[in-house]
This record gives sequence, structure tokens and C-alpha cells, in this order.
Amino acid sequence: MKKIRILLVGLVVLGLLFSACQPQQQEPDVEEPAVEEEVEEEQEDAGPFRIAVVMPSSINDLAFSQSMYDALLRVQEEMGGEEAMEFVYSDGMFVVDDAAAAIRDYASQGFDLVIAHGSQYGSSLQEIAPDFPDTSFAWGTTVDTFGIDNIFAYEAASDQGGYVNGVMAASLSDSDVIGVVGPIETGDAKLYVDGFVAGAEATNPDVQVNVNYIGSFSDVALAAEAANTHIAANADVLAGTAQMVVGAIGVAEENGALWFGTQASQTELAPDIVVANQVYRWDVVLKEVITNISEGTLGGESFTINLANGGEVMEYNEQFDLPEDVKTLAEETVQGIIDGSITIDLPE
Amino acid sequence: MISDLFSMTVLVGILASGIRLATPYLYAAIGETFGQRSGVLNLGVEGQMLLGAFAAFYVALTTENLWLALLVAMFIGALMGLAMAFVTVNLHAEQGISGIGFYLFGLGLSDLLFQKLLGTVETVKGFSKLTFPVLTELPVVGTIFFSHNILVYLAFALIPVSWFVLNKTTLGLKIRAVGENPEAADSLGVSVAGVRYFTIILGGTLSGVAGASLSIALLNVFQQNMTSGLGFIAVALVYFGAWRPWGVLGGALLFSLVNSLQLWVQVLGIPIPSDIAVMMPYILTILVLVATVSRVRAPSALTRPFERSD
Repeated sequence: MKKIRILLVGLVVLGLLFSACQPQQQEPDVEEPAVEEEVEEEQEDAGPFRIAVVMPSSINDLAFSQSMYDALLRVQEEMGGEEAMEFVYSDGMFVVDDAAAAIRDYASQGFDLVIAHGSQYGSSLQEIAPDFPDTSFAWGTTVDTFGIDNIFAYEAASDQGGYVNGVMAASLSDSDVIGVVGPIETGDAKLYVDGFVAGAEATNPDVQVNVNYIGSFSDVALAAEAANTHIAANADVLAGTAQMVVGAIGVAEENGALWFGTQASQTELAPDIVVANQVYRWDVVLKEVITNISEGTLGGESFTINLANGGEVMEYNEQFDLPEDVKTLAEETVQGIIDGSITIDLPE
Repeated sequence: MISDLFSMTVLVGILASGIRLATPYLYAAIGETFGQRSGVLNLGVEGQMLLGAFAAFYVALTTENLWLALLVAMFIGALMGLAMAFVTVNLHAEQGISGIGFYLFGLGLSDLLFQKLLGTVETVKGFSKLTFPVLTELPVVGTIFFSHNILVYLAFALIPVSWFVLNKTTLGLKIRAVGENPEAADSLGVSVAGVRYFTIILGGTLSGVAGASLSIALLNVFQQNMTSGLGFIAVALVYFGAWRPWGVLGGALLFSLVNSLQLWVQVLGIPIPSDIAVMMPYILTILVLVATVSRVRAPSALTRPFERSD
């Protein structure tokens, strides 16, 4: 009897763990480590700049990992193709231990730069980097380089695009109720949601923004039900961040509510109701890091993508008929954030 | 604030959400109930659900035939069940461990297929909400009970049916006999292996439906690891429900209602940290388990492989 009780308490705890304890912060698509490595062996001196990346989800996740993969492709093209820069990657590395092994592997293969694209890889990097003083490492999203001089850090000022989305949401809402579906109240997601709320409230003091953190990055069903809750609470505009919001987008579409996205463009999922997305472009960070390395600085700095440096871009859905005045307001807001005339008041 | 919780809108919202959230748990947990009543613990439910969810989604996307999609999900679930039955019944493998193995297999394969066949998140036109003349229009009751898709109703219909099968039919008697005392059942000419094959395959089939209820009825998308631990909660609900269909229904409803309650708690701005709010259904489930479980008894042969002694 006792054994059974232990087993089932264990099961409930296991369920809780599975639903809640996804890797922290960003879009951690949990998947089997379907490791795809495109190792192109080319060991010439003074050859191309060589980058290796370890990512938590797949390169086509329409979100966090894809934003880095696309950025690498663009930077490669800009630098002049594979002769100038080549990169390899391991995606789907949601198991931190596997990722750590891959990071160490890449470092020992003499890559110029090894990127650990996920805040969950931090402590592994802290251990590995000192063993390879001639290799540069970068990780995000964070500002913490651990004071180690061959580690760069990078993050996104997600509150900025969140603010712009919030401004538009408040302008478009007829019911003056907006619903936001978030994963876990921390990091990039919290920053985005806080920015969104600040933008909405600054535009219309009467608007009510209801925020719902569902405690999971992957529970699509609960995200959908969170959206249903917002709809029942009379919201006519919804927003959200992290991969599980695909469930919420479906509910928004079914109920004719508008949607604002972030991290990647979610327009394709519901072209009729997606108004705009904040899209990450890590190119800015990559170029800074590469320049630093070629000048002999291997780390110690942290970089932020934001609206001003073009690392965050507001992408408007062309199929959505956004009223001209709202679009103008959004563009003025972007400009205001860039020139500093708008400051975003975040809680805490 | 707190008093808002008791307004009609909120109560209706909580009940309607709770019924939808309970749907996948019901399919998966009833399937698991049959398996456990015959003495087999299947921890692979989550993997079966993921493969069922993907299969249904993919077929619905390519053929636009939802019933075919559901059928394929059932078939895939049944195949997973067949494999599980072979491993546990014929090979006498440790049930807990092999179940975890099947879970990881389902998780990995569904993700691989998702990446190779779809590559990105897409949406599909799933089972739409049914509308009943007059009933759907009723205030309160209409929203709570008469605004769901067909798979929601089938899930609830499954409870009395499975109760009847388990308690009032010869088949049910055989299942229970095999779960309590396989040696005795065997000596009376009941095929222990046959019964267990049947229940495990049935469990897999229902897990497939549970997955399909997410991907082509409630959510209409497929996403990597979209079940997110739901299959494990379903296994816990079987214990919670004391291996009885009505108990499983109670557990699934309690868990789902508290989950939708916590969503409202946050929306209404009741000052409870979100981390605490999302723990509410789990904490409550554990408390109820601890309070009630000592009074019930598991099937005696649960997790015990059967080997005929000649």
C-alpha cells in the first residue's frame, strides 16, 4: 500500500516537472536530441572564420533557435559566403549535459567562436571556457559573462517591442480588455510581458491588461484554455510569448480576437488576426562578437539587441488592415524608444 | 477581486474550461485503467499520445478527413500498445522501465516526424463545436455543456461504457480476474496473455484518441512535446480514481477545474504569485491522494509479469 502511495505521489510530481521545468527562459522546444551536425572539416590556417552553435530546439522552430540560425545565414552571406565564414550546429540539445559535451567538443576542435544559445547552458560554459583560453564563447540570453575574459553574453531588450505591441493593442481594443498568455514569470518572457503592459497602459489608462502565466513552455492545451479565459473575461486583443502560445493563437482566431506575436513572425499561423510581431535579429550581436574576436578580444562584454540597433524589428502583417493612425502611432513609438523620448517603466 | 471569483461569468468559464481540459485525461486514464485492472502498468501513455496526436494531425492536414485522422491515431496507438504488450507479456520486461522507454520513443519519433514531414507549426481545421437546437442557446448551461466538440462528449460517454464493461460483462470479469489472481484465472482457462494483450492495445488505442483530441479537436495544431506531461498525470489519475471509471472521472474533473480556476485567479488579478497559482492543481491532487488512497487497494497482480508454472 505504502509503495503505491509513494509511486503515485511520484507520478504527480513527475507530471508537474514535465509540465513546468522546461529549460529556462527561451523557447525550449523539448525534443529528442536529434543532433544534426554539419561538420565541414577544413583545417587550413588563415581559413574562414569558424563558428559552432549549440541550440536547445530545432533550427526550424519558428522561434528562438531559428532566429539564431537565420542570423548566422545572413551574416555568412554578408561576410562573403563559406570562404569567409563557416558554421556548424547541434540543434535539439535540450539536455544540458549533452549540450555541454557538444560545447567541449567544438571547443577542442579549434573553432574561433562557440555559441551556447540558451540561458540553461550558462553553468556548463562557466566550467568549460577556462579550459580553452584561446577559444571565444558566447551565450544568451543574459548579461552575465561570469567575469571570464573569453565569454561574451547577449540578450534581447524584449520589453521594447513588447511596448510597441502594447501601444497598438490598446489602440485597437474596443472592449478595453487585453489578455496576455505567458510561460513562466521570468527572464525574456517576463520582460516582454511587462513591456507590453506598460505600452498598453501608457496609451489608454482605462485599458485593463490581464496577464496569465501558465507555468509551462510546452503545455499547448493550458495555453489555449488561458486564452479562452481571457476571451470569457471580455478581452478582444490577445498577446503571448514562448512556443506554447500556438494553442492560444487558435483560440484567438476562433473568437475573432486580434493577436500580437514576438520572437519570430507568427503571421502564417493566423493571417487574419495577427497584427504585428516583434522579430529578433541576432546579426547585430554576431557581427559585434566577430569584430571583437578579429581584433583580439575574446570576451568579457555583453551585448543587447534592441530597436535602436536593428536587432529587434517590428514586422507588420500586410494582410491585416491596420488603421493608418495606429500604424503611425506604432512607428512614432519605435522612434521614441530609439531616441529616448519614451522610457519604459517596468515594475521592480 | 476575490469576490469576482463568484460571478456567473467566472463560474461558467471555469466549468466550461474544466470540461475541455479533462477530455484528454479521460481517454488516456480510462485506457490505463483497463491495463492496470489486468495487472499491467503502462507508463508509455505520454508517448502513445504524442504519436496519436501527430498521426491525427498529419492525416487531417493532408486528407482533410477528420474521422480517418482519428482512425489512424487509434491505429498508431494500438500499434504502440501491441509493442508494449509484447515486451511486457511475452518478454516479462519490467513494466515501469519499459513504459518509460516507450514514452521516450514516442516523444522522439513524434518530434522527428514533425521536423521531417511538417518542419514548422501549422494549423488544421479540426472537429468543430457542435450546436444543439435550443440547448446551445440556453444561458449558462448552454456554454458549459452544449458548446463542445464531439470528442469531448465521447470522452464523457466512455465513463459509463467502461464501467459497464469492467463490472457487468464476462470480459470485465476476466480482466479483473487476470489483474487480481492470474494463476487462478489461468487454471480456469482464461488466457492471461490474451486478456493483457487486449487491455494494453485498448489502452494504446485510447491514448491515441487522447492525443488526437488535442491535435484535431481542442487545439488544432501540433507542436513538439505538446502533451507536456499530461500522460503521466493520466496514470496518476488512475490511482486517484482507485482503478474505477467514475473515480477517474472525479479525479480528472477535480484536476482540470482547479487548473481552470487558477487561470481565472490570475486573470482577476488576485494577488497570488503565478508560480503558486500554477501549482494549485498539483498540490490539491497530492493532498486528496494522501487523504484517500489508503482506503483503496490496487489490483494484486499489478506490475507482476505472469509466468505459467507447469
